[in-house]
Amino acid sequence: MATDTPGADAASSGGMPQLDFSTWGNQIFWLVLTLIVIYFILSRIALPRIAAILAERQGTITSDLAAAEDLKAKAEEAEAAYEKALIDARAEAHRIVAEAKAEIQGDLDAAMAKADAEIAIKAAESEKAIAEIRAGALEAVKEVASETAQEIVTAMGGSTDAKAISAAVDARVKG
Amino acid sequence: MADKAEEGGLVFHPMDQFIIQPIFGGDVTWYTPTNAALWMGLSIVAIIVLLVLGSRHRAIVPSRSQSIAELAYGFIYKMVEDICGKEGLRYFPYIMTLFMFIVCANFLGLIPTSFTPTSHFAVTVVLALAVFLTVTVLGFVKNGAGFLSLFWVSSAPLALRPILAIIEIISYFVRPVSHSIRLAGNVMAGHAVIKVFAGFAAIAAVSPVAVLGITAMYGLEVLVSFIQAYVFTILTCVYLKDALHPHH
Repeated sequence: MATDTPGADAASSGGMPQLDFSTWGNQIFWLVLTLIVIYFILSRIALPRIAAILAERQGTITSDLAAAEDLKAKAEEAEAAYEKALIDARAEAHRIVAEAKAEIQGDLDAAMAKADAEIAIKAAESEKAIAEIRAGALEAVKEVASETAQEIVTAMGGSTDAKAISAAVDARVKG
Repeated sequence: MADKAEEGGLVFHPMDQFIIQPIFGGDVTWYTPTNAALWMGLSIVAIIVLLVLGSRHRAIVPSRSQSIAELAYGFIYKMVEDICGKEGLRYFPYIMTLFMFIVCANFLGLIPTSFTPTSHFAVTVVLALAVFLTVTVLGFVKNGAGFLSLFWVSSAPLALRPILAIIEIISYFVRPVSHSIRLAGNVMAGHAVIKVFAGFAAIAAVSPVAVLGITAMYGLEVLVSFIQAYVFTILTCVYLKDALHPHH
């Protein structure tokens, strides 16, 4: 560094410039001025601003966390509602199935009963028809038999009493 | 002065870098703008760039410079809170002022051919005395005569207490001395050693070693610049804690 400046006398003679007390007043003056300036810059501008930034960030983080917590609770609520809806729907489906089953069973029973009744009526009718037919056939047999018997009796040369013959035929047919 | 070690090209002026020089010539009076004043002013500029311009966007997600500003703020804030407690936070701006000034002056002083104000006892003694006087006055204002219990170690046996009190009082008054000499001594020694290595670099045979030595010392000095600012600040906090809570 430059060695021919007036302030360099003390150092040039081999001593420490730090112990050259003639410069202390100057340094102290500038130091105090510097510190005052730094203090005002820090306390008026820098520190409040940084504190505000940090507080704001803390606030944002806190509110974000709260919002996240809120959303989580909402999601859980929605899930519970969904579960409940699912259970309800399942129960409803069961009920509908059971109802349908019961209805079908009822219809089936009714149809069965109706069919049974119809069958019974048909059977009765048929029986009656059969009985009529049978009665008709018996009558016809009797008639044919008594006529035949009369013819036979006449052919044999006997007297023909119609009443007696038909009574005899009747007895035979029944027997 | 240069003819003492002129032979062999060996010229050591390790202390010349600390000379206070007026920027515009003339004598050094109390108000002359000197290189010390210039570099103190530049440390103000550095602080403005770092803390004021760095935080100007007030971003929730910080930019790089804002991160550094917040880091510096949080570092000192937490230190004051941890050591002095909640009531110490009132003095946070003062401690932040000290730390920012020392750390900026130290790092600016690492620029080659620059000047380091904190290598001068005039600066560190004023800083240390300011801390010492503030803490002492604050101790008496806050605690009255109770501040003297700082020297009366109530946890020690009664017979030992007067002896301990003497030791405590001596150590209390030595505080500003060690506080100031530690900072200036470390910074000055590092810079002087670098200068000595630089002198050796003039000899071709040892110049690689000298350059290596300068590099290594410079790395160490970067560390020392921060650590000494940190140590000065943390000791200030410890002394402040004594003033706020003098009872052991």
